[in-house]
Amino acid sequence: MTLPMDDSPQIVIDRVTHLYRPPRGREVIALEDISLEVRRREFVALLGPSGCGKSTLLYLIGGFLPTETGAIRVDGEQVAGPGPDRGIVFQHFALFPWKTVRQNVLYGLEKLRLGREERSRRAQALIDLVGLRDFAESYPAQLSGGMKQRTAIARTLAIDPQILLMDEPFGALDAQTRRLMQAELLGIWQRSPKTVIFVTHDVHEAVYLAERVVVLSARPGQVKAIVDTGLDRSDPGLFRSRPFIDKVDQIWALVRDEALKAQAGHAP
Amino acid sequence: MKLAVRYVPLLLLALAWEAAARLELSDALPAPSAVLVAWARLARDGELVANGLPSLYRAGTGLILAIALGSVLGVVMAWWRPLHALMSPLLELSYPVPKSALVPLTAFWLGFGNASKVLAIFLGGTLPVVLGAFNGARSSDRALVWSARSMGASRVRTLWDVVVPCALPELLAGIRIALALSFVLLLTTELYAAQSGLGYLISFLGDEGAYDAMFAAVLTVAFLGFVADRLFLRLTRRLLRWRE
Repeated sequence: MTLPMDDSPQIVIDRVTHLYRPPRGREVIALEDISLEVRRREFVALLGPSGCGKSTLLYLIGGFLPTETGAIRVDGEQVAGPGPDRGIVFQHFALFPWKTVRQNVLYGLEKLRLGREERSRRAQALIDLVGLRDFAESYPAQLSGGMKQRTAIARTLAIDPQILLMDEPFGALDAQTRRLMQAELLGIWQRSPKTVIFVTHDVHEAVYLAERVVVLSARPGQVKAIVDTGLDRSDPGLFRSRPFIDKVDQIWALVRDEALKAQAGHAP
Repeated sequence: MKLAVRYVPLLLLALAWEAAARLELSDALPAPSAVLVAWARLARDGELVANGLPSLYRAGTGLILAIALGSVLGVVMAWWRPLHALMSPLLELSYPVPKSALVPLTAFWLGFGNASKVLAIFLGGTLPVVLGAFNGARSSDRALVWSARSMGASRVRTLWDVVVPCALPELLAGIRIALALSFVLLLTTELYAAQSGLGYLISFLGDEGAYDAMFAAVLTVAFLGFVADRLFLRLTRRLLRWRE
């Protein structure tokens, strides 16, 4: 399959509104009139306070939830359900606890109907990539949080999706591990560019990783601003550089009001 | 060694029992030594095998049917709401019913042969298996199902790949209850009306006044129940070894 090399966006989110219906109680507008376009191989962060619907938007793109109002198209086709073109990594890893690291990574490869040798070769390559060679036969319960998330990333990369959906993937990790994983993810993305949509509420993380940061407002989630980061990520002193700090400040100013609103919304 | 130490209290109980019997504190209490002799006689005469095999057949068949139907029903109930709506009032109603109340009914429906006993054990055992499978399947993580779907598994496929393994711990706990219940129902059905089986042997020996032998038969049932439970626990640990 040859992909069109033009500049047409790979993901088009067109005026999407999403209602959340709790089992009891009134329905809530989770997302309101969201429009967004994502280019091929672009790294986009969805940033917003908790409860703003950023994860919901990711699940809609993934096809896990049905889009009822508006439309989401990937490569020109309406999203109708989950598919291996869109891999996902969850905050709490979502590994199959009854499978070893290797078996987890093999799962998607088995669905691809590859030959046995090709499967095990690719699984081993991914396990090596995330540095888990010595833990390949361990069960998730025997791994640290960082190792679990490495496994989940390897499992998703194994099926080589064009689009990587990441739902606060480093949110459950300690600060040091999170820093390391961010750098690793960036390295992986630079070596084999994919379209990445990365949900986070961490401004530093968003500015460090993404080429564009989409700031969502507190519930109902709307696109409040889209900011190009335009930073040189090869700079080892990036975190201390003026442009980085300025970007963080600029985006933090946008998010701050929304975070306060979200907090007020949570007050009893 | 550890195992031996663990069962010291049982040995003490046996010694106290022996002493009580020797002192003739009660004539309804045959001495363990006498029970052992009676047990050896029952074994030699082939009574234990002749009655044990039909009992194992009934309990085994009833239990396997209960596990097969109960697991499928429980998992599908968690996955497909209409079946849940259909089944849950029935389950709620039958939950508090003492399962031994089934015994006269199944005997009335199916007579005094194997079928009535298998049916009672099947009906009684299905309930805990369904509840275990249902609760386990319902607690399966949405993110796991979604992960499988995004890696190319169809909706139905995720049932087997994700929901069933998620349900396994609670399902196995339900099966363990069904296993214990199957012994209760086996004995009840065989005491009620039977021409063979360990329950029949117990009631027959009791009627004859052969209390040594009756005790031997009771202990045989207790021992079988214990062994079955231990074996099942080992199987459970093996199947769930990923949980450490």
